[in-house]
Amino acid sequence: MPNKILHIVLADDDEDDRILFKEAIEESKMKTKLSLFNDGQQLMDYLLGANESLPQLIFLDLNMPIKNGMQCLQEIRKSAALKDLCVAIYSTSSSDHDIEETFILGANIYINKPNSFAKLKEVIEKVLQLNWQYHTSSLNMDNFLLRV
Amino acid sequence: MKIYVKFNFNKTCKRVLEEQLDGLGIPYALSGVGEIEFQTPLAPEQKDALKKAFDNYGITIIDDEKSALAQRIKDAITEMIFLDDQAKIYKISAYLSERLDYSYSHLSNVFSETTYTSIENFVILKKIDYAKMLIAENDLTLTEIAFRLNYSSVAHLSTQFKKTTGLTPSVFQRIINKRKQMSQVP
Repeated sequence: MPNKILHIVLADDDEDDRILFKEAIEESKMKTKLSLFNDGQQLMDYLLGANESLPQLIFLDLNMPIKNGMQCLQEIRKSAALKDLCVAIYSTSSSDHDIEETFILGANIYINKPNSFAKLKEVIEKVLQLNWQYHTSSLNMDNFLLRV
Repeated sequence: MKIYVKFNFNKTCKRVLEEQLDGLGIPYALSGVGEIEFQTPLAPEQKDALKKAFDNYGITIIDDEKSALAQRIKDAITEMIFLDDQAKIYKISAYLSERLDYSYSHLSNVFSETTYTSIENFVILKKIDYAKMLIAENDLTLTEIAFRLNYSSVAHLSTQFKKTTGLTPSVFQRIINKRKQMSQVP
């Protein structure tokens, strides 16, 4: 319902990317709550220790120190508590092979980091909107794949 | 061994509702899609009991009227795409306003207000979701899927698929098949 708040998390080691992402999310017409993490380990600690409700959408950068996005994705899919979470990969790589590999390992969304803020806003709006439909409209989550 | 099942959603849901409501012992009538009518208003503890019973099946009671109508629109669209062969010849606007007894402009406004999308977009999303399911099952060709979902051509289906998912139907199929293979490896 429109007054519900969408909880989103992002793990990205690049500070500029985190700031841009935060601004883009804030400009969305959806009500959101955003938590930011600097690397994959911080994110996993948070998810596994989450006493409160889990986020509805996780954005993962692929290249991060300590624990990278691919490792996080695999851990999430192997964990009974986390395996149903919606995961979006947020990366600079646009190689078809890399993209397919992340989908096979269980990503739902693959976002090629856009090179302008306007484009970033557009992409985020599209992702949030579609994610919302999946959470509210009994669409088949197993088949949720989106590349933008 | 594996077997596949197909649901008649309408029947399944109706049966679940009936079983739960019968257990409650209050006279009721099921009218239309996702609507339950009680002769007498429910006491708060009865409503709570119902909420709890429904919760096991992933059924939620919708409290505000606009969201309830939006949900009924979604259910009618699902039904139209999944089972009603007759309905495919209708225009979606005529089908919905006849089915739900409101003008299409009213339905369209309420839907956009409560769901962050339009009826037209939702129909596309739902059709593509169905197409994905059929592609994942691997036993129909794209031509057959296009026909079943009432697309004028395979090209039209492929274009809409790519626009909605960012992937072509064949890449989608490859990914899903590889995922299945992976989950079978012990």
